[in-house]
Amino acid sequence: MQPRYPRLLQDSLTISAAKHAEKTAVVTADERVTYAELHDRALRFAGLLQAVGVRRGDRVAIFLENSVDTVAGIYGALYAGAAFMVVNPQTKEDKLHYMLADSGAAAVLSEGRLARLVTGLMADLATVLPNLLALVLAGGGEPVSPTAGATARFAVHDLRTWTSTEVADPGTIPLDLAALVYTSGSTGNPKGVMLSHQNMVFAQGSLVEYLRLDASDRILDLLPLAFDYGLYQALMAVHLGATLVLERTFAFPAAIVKRVVEEGVTVFPGVPTVFATLLSLHRNSPIAMPSVRRYTNTAAHLPDEYVPGLLEMSPGALVYKMYGLTECKRVCYLEPELVLSKPSSVGKAIPGTETYLLGEDGHPVGPGVTGILHVRGPHVMLGYWNLPAETEHMLKPGKYPGERVLCTHDWFRKDEDGFLYFMGRSDDIIKSRGEKVSPVEVENALAAIPGVREAAVIGVPDELLGQAVRAFVVLDPGASYTEQAFKREALARLESFMVPRDVRFVDDLPKTATGKVRKKSLVEQG
Amino acid sequence: MPDLTTIDRDVRQFLADNFILDNGGADLGADESLTQAGVLDSMGVLELIMFVEQRFGVSIPDEDTLPENLDSVARIVAYIGRRLAQGA
Repeated sequence: MQPRYPRLLQDSLTISAAKHAEKTAVVTADERVTYAELHDRALRFAGLLQAVGVRRGDRVAIFLENSVDTVAGIYGALYAGAAFMVVNPQTKEDKLHYMLADSGAAAVLSEGRLARLVTGLMADLATVLPNLLALVLAGGGEPVSPTAGATARFAVHDLRTWTSTEVADPGTIPLDLAALVYTSGSTGNPKGVMLSHQNMVFAQGSLVEYLRLDASDRILDLLPLAFDYGLYQALMAVHLGATLVLERTFAFPAAIVKRVVEEGVTVFPGVPTVFATLLSLHRNSPIAMPSVRRYTNTAAHLPDEYVPGLLEMSPGALVYKMYGLTECKRVCYLEPELVLSKPSSVGKAIPGTETYLLGEDGHPVGPGVTGILHVRGPHVMLGYWNLPAETEHMLKPGKYPGERVLCTHDWFRKDEDGFLYFMGRSDDIIKSRGEKVSPVEVENALAAIPGVREAAVIGVPDELLGQAVRAFVVLDPGASYTEQAFKREALARLESFMVPRDVRFVDDLPKTATGKVRKKSLVEQG
Repeated sequence: MPDLTTIDRDVRQFLADNFILDNGGADLGADESLTQAGVLDSMGVLELIMFVEQRFGVSIPDEDTLPENLDSVARIVAYIGRRLAQGA
């Protein structure tokens, strides 16, 4: 049945496939697919999921590099009635294991090297993941050895050989879970942010409204779809019937510039590191990306001095500074016309939502006074998967009985005109390269390296990264590492953005009377 | 001037010393994409560029930082060889 308006997240694809069947939906280095083709692939995946027994409310993990299959996988999981979770392809074995077990995934969509990581966990997963029904292989990469599945209790299927687009209506309603988006937590394990269809349909609508996007846009996406910033570029494109230009990495910036020009990209979402790299290229030999009409920035503050450079590369473009957290997707944005007159502000609440600041006593604070930012709106998450205490910590009683508002635990100030200014975080999460890094998660991983007695991690200011991760490491007597060799060990256990940029080997760590590491002393010592 | 065999050996040694390779890099195909195999990310590419510049005295201009020059062992070796032959 054709939906009259998008009520469920996948309705956007159904509508766009009907309205823009022959229009290009997604372009990657390998593929170019129309909305009809994307829709067809999503339905085939959904049909396959239902055939192996995936039911309404189940979780489906997508462990792929950015690709057409990733996007099709998201919508396919939703058509089947399941919630999707995209796992960053950089995720190492232990964390992958944790996320699959924590979510209780019923199926995994993967391929090649990444699929082999999954099959490597199989013996274990059969016990910790009794719900896992199938590993589905996407379009590319080498096949996975069938013997890998021999001992496992679940089936291995190939999406390319599944031709039926028959999907039974699973009966999903807007309150159902659409996605789990995992984000770093201060406890060391990632937390699954539960987002309903209602949350996500609202958020994508609010975003395209203030970004002033339409079906003619061509949106670049070089961020992993495991992060909500990367994910929503795809959701917005599909919702609008626009074109998504999907890339895997910013490792070769000159190649991205070429791609932007060739594909006539109109929207360039990035984080400060990306823009810093572009601007340094631009200073060496001028870059022209005249098709770009929007630059959007989030994750860390975009320095004001970047704006003129962006406008040189793309005259007339609008530059958006934004702030958000996965728990509500996005909090606020600054109208691009004000980017120079309200420097360092991240603006006001996104359309359809509101924000307010509370002091430590729980009472509202006035202009110019620092308070904790609270967020109210239909975009606020349902909570954290399996973590009631952490959920309580973030979701507080709201205006009406039963209502819950999001307490960001971030310090903000509002000026007389109501514009928001970020003042600092109230936890010790490090933001490096635009990603949240949990010091505990890094410390646990470092402590597992042979010869390490203890490790402590802090964030230090870094011009390019926002913050860089610095580790202080105490080795066992007799153990020794060069910094490079130690980082290599760390890289085997952590996603690269979490690997300490520098490592200091020390004899001991400063401690409080109760034996806790005194991080403040480490910060002062630098 | 180092010959291609030496360049190949040095590049592989650098990758093995600094990145995670299955089986110490013995299985790394000459034409395998380093970014898609999960060996290099953005920071890794920068480290690779710094290594090439220092080890071989070849300066890599921004416009050459393209996958066709740097995204496999064979491409890196060919690129360095080309640049050295040009007397870079």
